[in-house]
Amino acid sequence: MAKDRFQGHDYYLMDELLTEEHRLIRDSVREWIKRDVSPIIEDYAQRAEFPTQIIKGLAEVGAFGPYIPAEYGGGGLDQISYGLIMQEVERGDSGVRSTASVQSSLVMYPIYTYGTEEQRKKYLPKLATGEMMGCFGLTEPDHGSNPSGMTTHFKDAGDHVILNGAKMWISNAPFADIAVVWAKDENGDIRGLVVERGMEGFSTPETHNKWSLRASATGELVFDNVKVPKANIFPTIKGLKGPLGCLNSARYGIAWGAIGAAMDCYDTALRYSQERQQFGRPIGGFQLQQKKLAEMITEITKAQLLTWRLGVLKNENRATPAQISMAKRNNVNMALQIAREARQMLGGMGITGEYPIMRHMMNLESVVTYEGTHDIHLLITGMDVTGFNAFT
Amino acid sequence: MKILVCISNVPDTTTKINFSDDAKSFVTAGVQFIINPYDEIALTRALELTEAQGGTVTVLHVGDASTEPTIRKALAIGATDAVRVNAAPRDAYFVAKQIAAYAKDQGFDMIMTGRESIDYNGSQVASMVGELLDQPSISIVKVLNVEGTTATLEREIEGGKEVITCPLPLVVSATEGMAEARIPNMRGIMSARTKPLTTIEAIEVPSLQQFVKYDKPAARSQVKLVAADDVKGLVDLLHNEAKAI
Repeated sequence: MAKDRFQGHDYYLMDELLTEEHRLIRDSVREWIKRDVSPIIEDYAQRAEFPTQIIKGLAEVGAFGPYIPAEYGGGGLDQISYGLIMQEVERGDSGVRSTASVQSSLVMYPIYTYGTEEQRKKYLPKLATGEMMGCFGLTEPDHGSNPSGMTTHFKDAGDHVILNGAKMWISNAPFADIAVVWAKDENGDIRGLVVERGMEGFSTPETHNKWSLRASATGELVFDNVKVPKANIFPTIKGLKGPLGCLNSARYGIAWGAIGAAMDCYDTALRYSQERQQFGRPIGGFQLQQKKLAEMITEITKAQLLTWRLGVLKNENRATPAQISMAKRNNVNMALQIAREARQMLGGMGITGEYPIMRHMMNLESVVTYEGTHDIHLLITGMDVTGFNAFT
Repeated sequence: MKILVCISNVPDTTTKINFSDDAKSFVTAGVQFIINPYDEIALTRALELTEAQGGTVTVLHVGDASTEPTIRKALAIGATDAVRVNAAPRDAYFVAKQIAAYAKDQGFDMIMTGRESIDYNGSQVASMVGELLDQPSISIVKVLNVEGTTATLEREIEGGKEVITCPLPLVVSATEGMAEARIPNMRGIMSARTKPLTTIEAIEVPSLQQFVKYDKPAARSQVKLVAADDVKGLVDLLHNEAKAI
């Protein structure tokens, strides 16, 4: 890939709404992405391999559990810091951001929020440094948008439980050391438990031949009579609100992350339009290209305002799941549309790995689907404003 | 070891430079400021030395309150504490006098700067500080090692390199190769919150120079292509238009 010349875009002077520390965090992650991720990511994506060597760097820049309290190894930072970190990481690649989202929101968040003190102390410090990597098992082959229909279940067997079932489309699964798994107990209640690699009957086959998130490892979680100690079960949380709490945190991060991908596409297309000459002048001087760029920066600016406000609400613990759904749906769709338009502006060059656009575009096809599909989030907003449930 | 690193607050290298209508000042609106990259090299080497041998690194900056994000970044990278001399830096002499005034009774083993700041590129401060403090100053240093109370330094010279030893205390200006600048990590950013950043008032310094005006380089003119066999045309253009011959 050509040298990463990315510059952030801040049309409405949003930086003035950030603290000095927010900006330092964002700029540091941006610098790290330019130094350690941009130069290698295209190659890893082309080879469909996760660059494990960046795990340490992700931990150091604060991408693993930035809002988890420092006493458990987290950063003790606020939600806007978390958002900005996700934005910058996804500016590099959605697959890398997925790894960080899973570790932070889907593994560290539930262990911190629902776990016992022993569970927190055992897992969180190692997850924060990347010494231990985690994954999250909710989706099943036959239960995606309808997680409450899950069939993975466990039975009481004295000091442990016996877990059976399978999970699918699990980011980080192939290399994860632990999995936060959601399964039904004998009463049919959804419970969360931590399954560790090495437990007999637990395997994580990799999902191959993806055209999206190619620099991120995806796999299945297969449980064949896995003995899980009862000490690994989250003690009190029951029902779908457990996993949905995690998803709220992850979706919030995705809403910010998508802005990163969108900005990278816009930035690339803008620079290309100023340098690429056709008919004797830069293509940025033609109205059709300006229409694309003007609409892109308008949508990016709207998304920035949306997420900043959502971040303030989240810091005050006032952000509703429906508000988070709106931001995730809007921003990911915005990024996907911008990626497609930007790809067109680059013509043939847009399909090559010389530029990041096509990789972002393919990645975003996953992002628009996972963590609640584009359609499901629409139904959440629909239900929120009408009071009627249109899911079933 | 006790090291003082002097940092400048300079426009990011990608900044589009504009001057005020009267051509007397640089327009800072919308400009992203960073730690002068050469100063960052000095800071990193100072940290490497104190991490290996023990000691403290104080950063000093001459500037108004708007420059504090730059100082905070230096603390996040690893400096122990920071001092801001509360004044807009007028020129190299003014800055050197402030540094010398602060450092003279602090007992620093070494004072480090970058080889030059990337805005005005004066390359004067380190030598002036050395002179004002009556300490040796060695400029544009590529390699810096310290053993006991002796520093060994390498400089690039025409056709080779120069190796120098010098007793501490001394003043050093750093260039590429001395260290690889670090990116602040989250732990560093968190700990920077509570590190001391002291503000002191500037001493009086006479103005020895005045900026008359700034000009941007003239825009490059269009290239004219002359047919390979049109020697007369080429000579004509060089003589009459470019006035080069």
